[in-house]
Amino acid sequence: MDEKTLIAKRVALELRPGNLVNLGIGLPTMVAAHLPTGVNVFFQSENGIVGMAPVPEPGAENEDLSDAGGSPIGAVPGAASFDSAMSFGLIRGGHLDVTVLGGLQIDEEGRLANWMVPGKMVPGMGGAMDLVSGAKRVIVAMQHSAKGTPKIVKRCELPLTSVRRVDLIVTELAVIEPTDKGLVLREVAPGVTVADVLAQTGAELIVPSAVPTMPVGA
Amino acid sequence: MSKVRKLEEAVAMIPDGAVLMIGGFMGVGTPPHLIDELLRQGKRDLTVIANDTARPTVGIGRLVTAKAVRKVIASHIGTNSETQRQMIAGETMVDLVPQGTLAERVRAGGFGLGGVLTPTGVGTVVEEGKQRIELDGTVYLLETALKADFALIAAKRADYLGNLEYALTARNFNPLMAMAAETVIVEAEDIVPVGVIPPDSVVTPNVLVDCLVAKERRHG
Repeated sequence: MDEKTLIAKRVALELRPGNLVNLGIGLPTMVAAHLPTGVNVFFQSENGIVGMAPVPEPGAENEDLSDAGGSPIGAVPGAASFDSAMSFGLIRGGHLDVTVLGGLQIDEEGRLANWMVPGKMVPGMGGAMDLVSGAKRVIVAMQHSAKGTPKIVKRCELPLTSVRRVDLIVTELAVIEPTDKGLVLREVAPGVTVADVLAQTGAELIVPSAVPTMPVGA
Repeated sequence: MSKVRKLEEAVAMIPDGAVLMIGGFMGVGTPPHLIDELLRQGKRDLTVIANDTARPTVGIGRLVTAKAVRKVIASHIGTNSETQRQMIAGETMVDLVPQGTLAERVRAGGFGLGGVLTPTGVGTVVEEGKQRIELDGTVYLLETALKADFALIAAKRADYLGNLEYALTARNFNPLMAMAAETVIVEAEDIVPVGVIPPDSVVTPNVLVDCLVAKERRHG
């Protein structure tokens, strides 16, 4: 299993039946394909739909129905569409159970930076700041390091997305839970040791006496 | 009096330097012929308030590529390398606003509010220059209302009076913007007789619409 699939599978285990879930672009989008059997959730796309689904078959695209990246999608029975104020009311108003986002950096206080690299990449925050501020649960799905440089750091150098502490970090090496005492190592990936995780993390991790392996099968 | 105007007449109302709100999300729900006509008439120095600038060859991105835009107020320009280039080169001003905040600032503009209080952006660069207000232990930013001279709206169906119906995710910012501009110009995919759109299905009531762009003749 490749690293991104592992991350997507592990994140999918966090979703509960009936959850309203928003998946960010890139890696988080993969979570939809790995829902455990019997877990039905509604996916929101912030451009204005609850109940997004893949395009049912090639040729069935509708030019008025797309995801937040502008790509064609489908909709499940029971889907609902609405304007952007309603869409962000769902996000900010405490109606969104889970958001899964990518990350550039996360610090010891569990604060996420994921929207710009000054001087290099200025895409704009899109919906990320509202999602992190407003979702009931924020899960960051990202690779543990970028070209050998740890992404989990003492203090974010990149501009923050929100000062809100995220709820869970899932990487190809570990599951880490930010708490008021610091970052707690909750699980390691199959074949990965606690020492491996510590070596590739730029922040202090609290390591409980027992750290189980991620419950993800091949 | 009929609100139906020829495309070129509708767009001719828009002067250089106007502030435009343009509906759409990555081009979906952006009025295509209105963009074509803005380009054909060579409009300049526009301020565009929109969710994003799509791609360099798509929707609002085409206005940026043609250097018709002086200032962009948007939540996302990551899919348009030309907008990013013009911003970094100092050719175009870009004001980046969190998407939910942008929606609420437009809504406030149309709903007669001075602004809104939102927790989004507190403690980030978005807070710079803004007033922080604490209510019942939660910190909010005061975000001011946005208004425009013209709103360019894409609708699925309009009736002759200008009642509008939207489709799926092409709705996005359109109904909000139709409230927040001095003059509202609508490009509808179909124009139908009054009564065809049931009152419960009307999202933008006709009183908000100033001008409906005529369809090209398809009958003999």
